[in-house]
Amino acid sequence: MVFVDSYPKTSKLVRSEFIVAFVALGIGALFGIIQSLHRTGVFRGFVSSADYYTILTGHGVLLALVFTTFFIAGLFTWAVANSLERELPHRIAWSAFWVMLTGTVLAAVSIIGGIVGAPSVLGHDLEADVLFTFYAPMKAHPAFYIGAALIIVGSWIAGLAYFKALWEWRSENPDERIPLQTFMVLTTMLMWYVSTIGVAVEVVAFLIPWSLGLIQNVDPLLTRTLFWYFGHPVVYFWLMPAYLVWYTILPKLAGGRLFSDPLARVVFVAFLLLSTPVGFHHQYTDPGIPSGYKFIAMTNTMFLLLPSLLTAFTVVASVEHGARQRGAKGYLSWLRDLPWGKPAFAGCMLAGLMFAAGGFSGMINAGMNINYLIHNTIWVPGHFHLTVGTAFALTAMAISYWLVPQITGKKLRQRSLASVQPYVWFVGMAIMSNAMHRAGLAGIPRRTAEPTYDEFAFEGVAGTVGEMRLQIAIGGFLLFVGAAMFLIVMADTLLARRGGTLSVNGNIPEPLSGADHSPRILDNYKLWTAIALLLIVIAYGPPLASMVADGLFAPGSPPIPV
Amino acid sequence: MQVHRFEKVWLGAAILLIVGFIATIAYGSVGVGVGMVDDSGGQISAQAVQNGNTGTHFDDPGVVKEDGQYVVYVVARQFQFVPGSGDNPVQVPAGANVTFRVTSADVVHGFSVVETNINTMVIPGQVSEVSARFNEPGTYGLICHEYCGAAHHTMGGSVEVVPPEEYDMQQENIEQSADDAQAKEEADQ
Repeated sequence: MVFVDSYPKTSKLVRSEFIVAFVALGIGALFGIIQSLHRTGVFRGFVSSADYYTILTGHGVLLALVFTTFFIAGLFTWAVANSLERELPHRIAWSAFWVMLTGTVLAAVSIIGGIVGAPSVLGHDLEADVLFTFYAPMKAHPAFYIGAALIIVGSWIAGLAYFKALWEWRSENPDERIPLQTFMVLTTMLMWYVSTIGVAVEVVAFLIPWSLGLIQNVDPLLTRTLFWYFGHPVVYFWLMPAYLVWYTILPKLAGGRLFSDPLARVVFVAFLLLSTPVGFHHQYTDPGIPSGYKFIAMTNTMFLLLPSLLTAFTVVASVEHGARQRGAKGYLSWLRDLPWGKPAFAGCMLAGLMFAAGGFSGMINAGMNINYLIHNTIWVPGHFHLTVGTAFALTAMAISYWLVPQITGKKLRQRSLASVQPYVWFVGMAIMSNAMHRAGLAGIPRRTAEPTYDEFAFEGVAGTVGEMRLQIAIGGFLLFVGAAMFLIVMADTLLARRGGTLSVNGNIPEPLSGADHSPRILDNYKLWTAIALLLIVIAYGPPLASMVADGLFAPGSPPIPV
Repeated sequence: MQVHRFEKVWLGAAILLIVGFIATIAYGSVGVGVGMVDDSGGQISAQAVQNGNTGTHFDDPGVVKEDGQYVVYVVARQFQFVPGSGDNPVQVPAGANVTFRVTSADVVHGFSVVETNINTMVIPGQVSEVSARFNEPGTYGLICHEYCGAAHHTMGGSVEVVPPEEYDMQQENIEQSADDAQAKEEADQ
């Protein structure tokens, strides 16, 4: 039985969520190629350097917020329905979709307003070129902040649907362990609830009233701190769904089974506990924050390496087990016998491989003093194009090749294009991000239309600046091609007619070491959430208290248009 | 709970790696003395900086000598550093301890001296304080590395490190000419 036949209503929702995600991916990728050609100076004919920042805002918001959130909503909807074997609560899940879509449209319209010359709408210039981080006191149109808030509120509602499904399941299966996929989804959502409080308070309590003129000033340091309270956990909101895929689906694609269910649960609980009290590591170079708080955040950040290092072990061990099940031998030669020609498998593996590289550059970012060398240089986007832009995005694309047939009942079309696509992405990203990392060491900044100055010139540490620019442009071009290839496969598949039998199904084989080996306390969400909140109070209580001690809006800044 | 032997080994190695990282950073700050940007600069009213009436050196930014140390006051604003940008570079002597005190008159900026450890955010309402010593004379690039508006990419500058003898001579000349101007003013009255 195919998923779409078992759960037709849930399938329709997943399809809708994926389609929005794919459209966002397409536009975001288009903005990406414009940027990489512009900032490297290869071609600056698309937009002016002033409008570059509008394109950059669109790229960040559409890819890091819209594509991710909609894709995750679709993946989670599928995972909960698949593992609990039931349709999701229909009305809640759909209202989440519509709230998120409304937010997306509001944010997108306010960003696009910047390209068409910022017309005045409701007494404010319709523009939002404030980038993905929207630091006050730079001001966007109120619709931008309201849209961003709605996307997040929508994701909260989506989480309600997953929890309701669990409660219904629980009443029918009081003594069973929570199925692994559902466990992962709910742990991720709990982490998300806890961490989005920061940005919700920032946007709803401060930026919306301030952009509407209801309050005069906001404290730039306080709003920035609230942003980063959310700004690092959001990374785990992207990563944990990729982990869900790597733990529960990838071993099967390799022909085997997950190595250890208990360790997978431990990893997700560790993310719930440690994801939020780390935000100050984005503020190592901020004035106004005592270094002791930065040190606490650094310690937590370093310990967050643990669940990722454990994941590296478990996933590789599971894949190796799969290869050996298929008859592979030898210490390393089993790697050859993996199904590298299947796009879902190849994409997930390449994404995991690049994530390892991204993890290492992340360790540098997290190092409190080494961070001085690379803070706000192009090293940083080099890093997160490996994590979000590959670990998440490539996994999402790869698993779509496996998932979309199941939620549509249609066979994957353009198979040869699909099997080449992950490699195109991999090569493009390898070229681009390696050049970005090296350019960062030379001090070249991120977030700039033209990284050349009248007063001095940059010198490369390894390789010349010109060569690095060229590599960034070529890599960016290949990534655009990779995204286009993916979208062609998806469009062709979604538009095709149903027929024939599918070669994929959603059955997940039992782990080698199953849930019954793990202590029941792991399923105790109340306990873990309480500990997570306690850690946050320790990390954030004193610094936030000192920031608001002189008044919520002081030292204050009035809005400044871009 | 069943933990495989290889998992235990891996877990141990991972924890060792993490503790090692934390130890090197702790050593870097305590042993080598890599200081962090922190709250030592204090707060300031961004609007007063904008209007030039803070009653501090930020009203007339530049290099001053405080307690035998060189302190450079810099105001970052859309889209220049004062001093720093264009033909008004920051000038400091080689080999001396220099403290930069930087604040913003409008939005969030960055202040980074290329290929050095001087790298700080500039946040309205806060004063960033970083200390450094330039041993090699020469011109160092200065950039705003946080997006601050439509002409952000033009916001650069330079720090000129000059040999101490030359620096003192220049300072004397500046002070001399200031004295001359004052004397002339007094004579005119």
